[in-house]
Amino acid sequence: MSQLHVSASPHIHSGNSTSGIMRDVLIALLPTTLAGVIIFGWRALLVLLVSVGSAVGFEALWQWLLKKDQTITDLSAAVTGLLLGLNLPANIPLWQVVIGNLFAIIVVKCLFGGLGCNLVNPAITGRVFMLVSFGSLVKNAFPVGVDATTSATPLGTLAAGGTVSYADLFLGNVGGAIGETCKLALLIGFVYLLVRRVITWHLPVVFIASSFVLTFLFNGFDLNAAALMTLSGGLFIGAIFMATDYVTSPATAWGKVVFAVGAALITVMVRLWGNYPEGVSYGILLMNILTPYIETWTRHKRFGEVKKA
Amino acid sequence: MMKFSLPGVHVPHRKHTASSVGERIPTPQTVTIPTAMHIGKPARLLVKVGDTVFVGTKIAEADGAVSSVIHASVSGTVTKIYDMLQSNGRTVPAAVITSDGNMTPDPSLAPRTVSSREELIAAIRESGVVGLGGAGFPTHVKFSVPEDAIEELVINGAECEPYITSDTVTMLTRADEMAYAISQLRTYYQIKRVVIGIEKNKPEAIASMQKMAASLEGVEVKVLPSLYPQGGEKVLVYHTVGKVIPMGKLPLDVGCVVVNVTTLAAIGRYLMTGMPLVEKCLTVDGGAVKKPQNVIAPIGTPLSEVFAFCEGFSSEPAKLLYGGPMMGVALSDMSAPVLKNTNAILALTAKEAKLPKTTACIRCGACTNHCPFGLNPAALERAYERRDAEALDSLCVTLCMECGCCSFNCPANRPLVQTHKLAKVFLRDAKSKEAKS
Ligand code: SF4
Ligand code: SF4
Repeated sequence: MSQLHVSASPHIHSGNSTSGIMRDVLIALLPTTLAGVIIFGWRALLVLLVSVGSAVGFEALWQWLLKKDQTITDLSAAVTGLLLGLNLPANIPLWQVVIGNLFAIIVVKCLFGGLGCNLVNPAITGRVFMLVSFGSLVKNAFPVGVDATTSATPLGTLAAGGTVSYADLFLGNVGGAIGETCKLALLIGFVYLLVRRVITWHLPVVFIASSFVLTFLFNGFDLNAAALMTLSGGLFIGAIFMATDYVTSPATAWGKVVFAVGAALITVMVRLWGNYPEGVSYGILLMNILTPYIETWTRHKRFGEVKKA
Repeated sequence: MMKFSLPGVHVPHRKHTASSVGERIPTPQTVTIPTAMHIGKPARLLVKVGDTVFVGTKIAEADGAVSSVIHASVSGTVTKIYDMLQSNGRTVPAAVITSDGNMTPDPSLAPRTVSSREELIAAIRESGVVGLGGAGFPTHVKFSVPEDAIEELVINGAECEPYITSDTVTMLTRADEMAYAISQLRTYYQIKRVVIGIEKNKPEAIASMQKMAASLEGVEVKVLPSLYPQGGEKVLVYHTVGKVIPMGKLPLDVGCVVVNVTTLAAIGRYLMTGMPLVEKCLTVDGGAVKKPQNVIAPIGTPLSEVFAFCEGFSSEPAKLLYGGPMMGVALSDMSAPVLKNTNAILALTAKEAKLPKTTACIRCGACTNHCPFGLNPAALERAYERRDAEALDSLCVTLCMECGCCSFNCPANRPLVQTHKLAKVFLRDAKSKEAKS
């Protein structure tokens, strides 16, 4: 008789795994990635490849230098790299992409102890870091086939009093970061994540809906403008893919709602009154920092809990 | 009354043996009966080497209030008494009985008529019955209460663990014994309601129990969702009678007593025939078992003989379990005996027993969102890693029933249940130290 294995219960497992979840996120990002490459051309593909490659490379290098177990197979670095790349314009210098990933992976993730220990979302923080360091990332972005001289981002156009068509906004035929413009592709990814039960609807739906309502309230009760603003910029990709990062958002349904409303408030305030045309990153980043507190406030009621005097 | 159902997990059912009603295995040559097959103090042996015993002869007396009587499960001779190391790490005296092959019942056994509540409690005590759902808590202790203390008798037929179908067998074949026990209990306690909770994946058991319930007054069958762990005591009470048992309290504190279906049938059999708890119907299953089925075996039968009756193994077992895969105990040795509270023995293949690699917690919330009691296992794990007794206390680690929903779903396969077990011990020690200083 060979060895009988003895361990604590339970002795079976659902088969859920971190790499499986990350694989689902990558699959959900596929439509957006495709749309981005179609809209912005081969240069977009190059940016994404460099971004994913450098994110994975930096994590592998870090683990190797510190002689720790290799973690890149959990695919979380690939997700960070792809998300950061999708949040950049197609014409960004490639060295900036590499620096952005260096910051996201090494400073934000690895230095804090790796996956699960980071306080803020690496991709979001990487993007904000690049925005601060390299200046106007978003302004130079334009879709192929659109006249470069007239193509501002929709948020820029709206801020300047111009107008954009709903169809262009929804299909992504506007300026912006590679992965943020095509709402259709992002929504397909969202549905996939819901079906696969990777995320719940609470955070994205409440984030987008409250952004719409708040823009309407703060921006002169203009339904049309509020709708256009909501469909513009990085709100969808942020709400669906960045804010829902497990590590840096609350676990409970109510926690997600609180997070979403807070992030929407900051997003709208930055968009309407801030110096930057886009506020989604700041909204998510600030709520990332508040997440531990939100989790404490919104924890589940325990069964049979008796109030302590 | 009930506002929402508690969370849980969808475990695979794997009830392959549901239609096997339990064949009696040939009398084993020897049985090994430990004096602790229950929660509480080990029983005190009454026999010595060389004594002749019959099926049902009392061989050990309950020692103190929380303990249980133990009987011989075969007729023959006591051939050895030794200290046995049990799977929980405890060493207790055990008696080995060599069978004479006749299975002669003890001549003194006779139906047990009772005429008062005290006599009924004494009879339950003498029957040697303990919680047969797995817990092994001496049943007479649960009933040692005033006659008006029990409002609801909740009967646990949930059988929520994968593989196990031995309670289903009870519900299909022992309804008469269950009914007799219920009527006797109702005679001596002012029980208002009797509710039998069964998961909806057992339609035949439900039908059998509904038939029994129809013949008795005030007995209802409550069909539960197939969502593990419906059989957890607090979960069951909530889902059957809608009462919330406060943290740190027992079912009795809300006027409920919970007994498992097989426990109830064993009480019924003792009252009707005088035969105490000497044999168990158990599910023998797992991918490594050649012929999975339910069998009836004398208590003390070595597991190796039970497996041999099921034609042995089709492949090398990698893990051997007492009980189900969610809460069962892994064994290192095939010679371990069938115990009073053994409802299944599983031999899992390496593939079935394979657990994913443990990686870092990604704070996905799957654990806390599936905990029936709303605990936060990830936070508990972090608190235990810091050895933070205060945090463990405020996170209510003692509420954890070790059901395994959290570990089952964790994508990082964190050893959450194991950590909670250790954390409870740590917290108890920390508190007792504090009390002393
Ligand atoms: S389920 Fe596992 S990975 Fe997810 S929060 Fe709980 S412990 Fe962490
Ligand atoms: S914390 Fe305890 S009660 Fe909650 S799911 Fe885990 S094992 Fe079950």
